[in-house]
Amino acid sequence: MTDETDAATAGWFSDLQPGDLEAAADAITEGRAEAPREWPATAVEDGYADSRDDYYDRLHEATMAATRTAVRKRERADDQQLVHAIRAMDDCERTANELAERLAEWAGTVDPDAGTGVEYARRLASGDEDGLEEPAIRSLAERVAGLADEADELREFVERQTPAVAPNLSALADPVLAARLISLAGGLEALAKKPSGTVQVLGAEDALFAHLRGHAPSPKHGIIYTHDAVRGTHPDERGSAARAVAGKLAIAARVDHYSGELKPELEAELAERIETIQARNAEDGDAATDGGTDDE
Amino acid sequence: MSELPTGVERRAFDGTERLATRGEPVYGEPTDGEWRAWNPNRSKLGAMLELGMDTGLAGGETVLYLGAASGTTVSHVADFAGPTYAVEFAARPARDLLEAAESRDRLFPLLKDARKPESYAHVVESDVDVIVQDVATRGQARVALENRQFLADDGRLLLAVKARSEDVTRAPEDVFEDVRAELEEGYEVVETERLERYHTDHLGIVARPL
Ligand SMILES: C[S@@+](CC[C@H](N)C(=O)[O-])C[C@H]1O[C@@H](n2cnc3c(N)ncnc32)[C@H](O)[C@@H]1O
Repeated sequence: MTDETDAATAGWFSDLQPGDLEAAADAITEGRAEAPREWPATAVEDGYADSRDDYYDRLHEATMAATRTAVRKRERADDQQLVHAIRAMDDCERTANELAERLAEWAGTVDPDAGTGVEYARRLASGDEDGLEEPAIRSLAERVAGLADEADELREFVERQTPAVAPNLSALADPVLAARLISLAGGLEALAKKPSGTVQVLGAEDALFAHLRGHAPSPKHGIIYTHDAVRGTHPDERGSAARAVAGKLAIAARVDHYSGELKPELEAELAERIETIQARNAEDGDAATDGGTDDE
Repeated sequence: MSELPTGVERRAFDGTERLATRGEPVYGEPTDGEWRAWNPNRSKLGAMLELGMDTGLAGGETVLYLGAASGTTVSHVADFAGPTYAVEFAARPARDLLEAAESRDRLFPLLKDARKPESYAHVVESDVDVIVQDVATRGQARVALENRQFLADDGRLLLAVKARSEDVTRAPEDVFEDVRAELEEGYEVVETERLERYHTDHLGIVARPL
């Protein structure tokens, strides 16, 4: 290369081989210039394009590729933010609860009326609890309250961000459950690629390990069972409800990942399906099959 | 009432006269053959045309569009204008913008921040005929001033100002007054009109660079 192009006066196409689309897209995304210039004319002069029309064809191709890549990258980054936030939220909650137990045990040795739980820690920390002077205990209570506050703030963050990353999932499940599913799958794209049967048992692995470690019952259900539509259904029909919810959530994740457009009909369809399932049990004694056929 | 640009027509859709351009549909708008209705309730530029503002648009011009979102308006612009640069900084709407640009080979989508013109000055050409701006963010006058460098001396700025984006607590008239005053650092305001009939608390501005 003899004459290096001056960065301040270079267009996106300077130093590019025509036809190298990837490099062109990078140049669109990464490049900068102090001021605009007559780029179409310059590109033709430089031999990057044969004509203005040819230049615009290349520009279209390059901006499409650049924007497509940049959009994907940004969205991927956003779903990873959620994954970290929800995990941090769970860690804060769990740690606050564990420390609150420790605190209650300790406080109980100096104050027979000591309470329990995070709420007790909050009261202690804010000084609303008299009869407990030990500064070390009060200080621990402050940590517990702080962690609990942090968990609340993280929950608010998740509630705010999830609808932007996954509008349909957030509409069908609540944003926190939506973020949990994304986190369990490892990201929105990974979730979008899971069949609904897998979505239905996501989270059951954790319960399975807890079970194996001996402090939880054998898991039958993924976290989908915390969905209102499943919890609100009679136990006999919960399996059907969970299948219906998992099916729609799997579709919602795909729409969120591939188009990102809000499709209100998904929510309506799920509501209708759940209503049918719940009606089965209401008509007590009806031949309620588990197969999922809607009997009219 | 000023004339419509070439490529924009009033046509009947289900018995109602509406603005229309020729191109692939983008947002579920009604179509009639190659023509697609341009909904002024979803487009500030559409509203400005419906209200007969003197946009100076003739058709075929080079356009820099700031705040393209999912491409509702900029797709109509690309249907009747020439090369159209569409700047949008949010990833989600930009995804839909890509789809609108798929069938429009002179529509160039750019995922960029309109407050940082240096990040796209290596792509957007100088002396564009028109800047359309609809960014609905704080500092709308500032954005117009910073992008003034792209505009030809005889070019036009077609600006939609959203009062609530500047300050939700102040009266829209006061906000518009401030935006206009700031804008006059770099532009001569030719015409203003409230877009109320189609967009609450929005002001349409046509301006020329000083
Ligand atoms: C009211 S919407 C635009 C609608 C669009 N003009 C239409 O009629 O189809 C405003 C858009 O401006 C975008 N925006 C806000 N600030 C921006 C900035 N600094 N740079 C680029 N785009 C911005 C927002 O992301 C949003 O999509």
